[in-house]
Amino acid sequence: MASSSTENRLSRYRVQGLLVIALIAFAAIVAGCGSSDSSGGGSVEVVAYSTPQTAYEEHLEPGFTDTDAGSGVSFTNSFGASGDQSRAVEAGQSAGYVNFALETDVTRLVDSGQVAKTWQDNKYKGIVTNSVVAIVTRPGNPEGIESFQDLIDKDVEVVTPNPFSSGGARWNIMAIYGASLNQGKSEAEALDAVKQVLSQTPAQPESARVALQAFIGGAGDVLLSYENEAIVAQTAGEDVDYVVPDDTILIEQPAAVTVDAPQAATDFLDYLWTDPAQQIWQEEGYRPVNKALVDETRFPTPSGLFTIADLGGWDKVATDFFDEDNGSIAKLNEELGVEAQ
Amino acid sequence: MTAEAPAVSPAPEAGKPTRAGVRLPGVGDSLNKGLVVTYLGLIVLLPLAAIVTKSFEDGLGGFWDAVSSPQAVAALKLTVIASLIVVVINAVMGTLIAWVLVRDNFRGKGIVNSVIDLPFALPTIVASLTLLVVYGKDSPVDINIAFTQIAVVVALLFVTLPFVVRAVQPLLLSLDRDMELAAESLGAGKTRIFWRIVFPNLAPGIATGIALAFARALGEFGSLVLISGNVPFKTEVSSVFIRGQIESDNLVGASAVSVVLLAVSLLMLAAVTFIQRWGLRHDR
Repeated sequence: MASSSTENRLSRYRVQGLLVIALIAFAAIVAGCGSSDSSGGGSVEVVAYSTPQTAYEEHLEPGFTDTDAGSGVSFTNSFGASGDQSRAVEAGQSAGYVNFALETDVTRLVDSGQVAKTWQDNKYKGIVTNSVVAIVTRPGNPEGIESFQDLIDKDVEVVTPNPFSSGGARWNIMAIYGASLNQGKSEAEALDAVKQVLSQTPAQPESARVALQAFIGGAGDVLLSYENEAIVAQTAGEDVDYVVPDDTILIEQPAAVTVDAPQAATDFLDYLWTDPAQQIWQEEGYRPVNKALVDETRFPTPSGLFTIADLGGWDKVATDFFDEDNGSIAKLNEELGVEAQ
Repeated sequence: MTAEAPAVSPAPEAGKPTRAGVRLPGVGDSLNKGLVVTYLGLIVLLPLAAIVTKSFEDGLGGFWDAVSSPQAVAALKLTVIASLIVVVINAVMGTLIAWVLVRDNFRGKGIVNSVIDLPFALPTIVASLTLLVVYGKDSPVDINIAFTQIAVVVALLFVTLPFVVRAVQPLLLSLDRDMELAAESLGAGKTRIFWRIVFPNLAPGIATGIALAFARALGEFGSLVLISGNVPFKTEVSSVFIRGQIESDNLVGASAVSVVLLAVSLLMLAAVTFIQRWGLRHDR
């Protein structure tokens, strides 16, 4: 069909093409690691996880610009999944102030040199808001769920985001684990409880937001979620109730400024720790980090509340539990997979 | 990672040799070629090369460890099998839909014709949400398949519908009906006419559609996140598994599994090229 001269011409183009591609590849590698610097005096680049978007845009940022330090400061905002946001900053997205769902997302930026090692050297150890892991139920809590143990005893279907694709979902797993320890169980028994709950999941959605959508769409009997997310869902008119178990984990959401952030970013972070700002957080469903401000009627402190530090801290937990090869949750998933087959 | 539609040469029009043709007006021939190569290099080849490079960053052993972990294997198996089922259904139903749209006349044909492309226009997360509402617990049609492997197939069918239809339609339109009439007058039955005359002419289009649908299905993420359940070893597809690897800062593992998907896509493309050659044989 094709004459030999066409063939020759084709192969010549092929050679030329490869050369061009090689050149482009080389250029890209040379240009590869660009760095970005953030500057801008009176402007704060906010990069945060998605849940507090309304709190920032409608209340906290206007609140800050009403203060002396914040007068004339402007904001650019970026919200998204916590891990994605952290990785974006690491990869060069310009950021002045960062707020994530998980300490390890800040640690990533400490490792890359973008956040100072001393970011936790302040009164609240770098934590700007608190919450707790709650159990979201159908209206009226028809299954009568009060604790994580009830999930197992009453054999209900549990929706919780996949702890590997959603860093924030790791709080849920640690809540079940720690609650079992609180009940006097051994570490092995606590892991068994986690395994049992995971075996009762019809769905492990990719993110907390998707999990909420799936639950509202009819999936499962209960949803494991942050208390503040449950409050947001209720405020948005979703027909759900939620229970805060007596034994549950304190969720600590960290914030920091980057090393080359303008003064305005530091001022903003300082503002977020002030009483008025913490009150705004509280109205938005978070628990203030300043214990004196916590509205105990709305946010009673669970009797068996524990923290991630009680379980060894995120560095240790991330390795021991969530390492995708050797972590105990990965192993437990594997066991479940084998049993299912 | 999303497996973008691979470059499949469009099926040549039946009965027309394709090698000869007019040259593009304006810029010179070699400049056009250079432009195409540069463009493809920047848009397709460079990112793909980066993924492959990354996947072997920890050497062959690292690559193998990443793709042979039981969870990765389970996810790959589900993805490939579901995609294969999807393309088989697509090949049959897509051809049938194209046939009806070209050969039959009925009221509302125009509307049906434009509905075909809607799955492309809909943001995939919306598709997933819609499927959950329609085929979930509170299904208005009383079909509850949410969070099952069937749901994975259904979601993939939804987003890959247009490929085969749109690849076969133009071939059917340009198919010379005289051939069929001649065969009929020579006494060939309907079945025989279809398999000996029509099908070989449509095969390149079906093959192209299959290849595109398969590649899309392998990499699909958005339409699956709500309806599939993502439970490891049960309903977790590769794209979501890859998402987990990225969240765990294991980019090498994520790239390695992506490379396997690319390789499977490539295999499919090779098979399709073979079918197209076979189809072209009947042209001469």
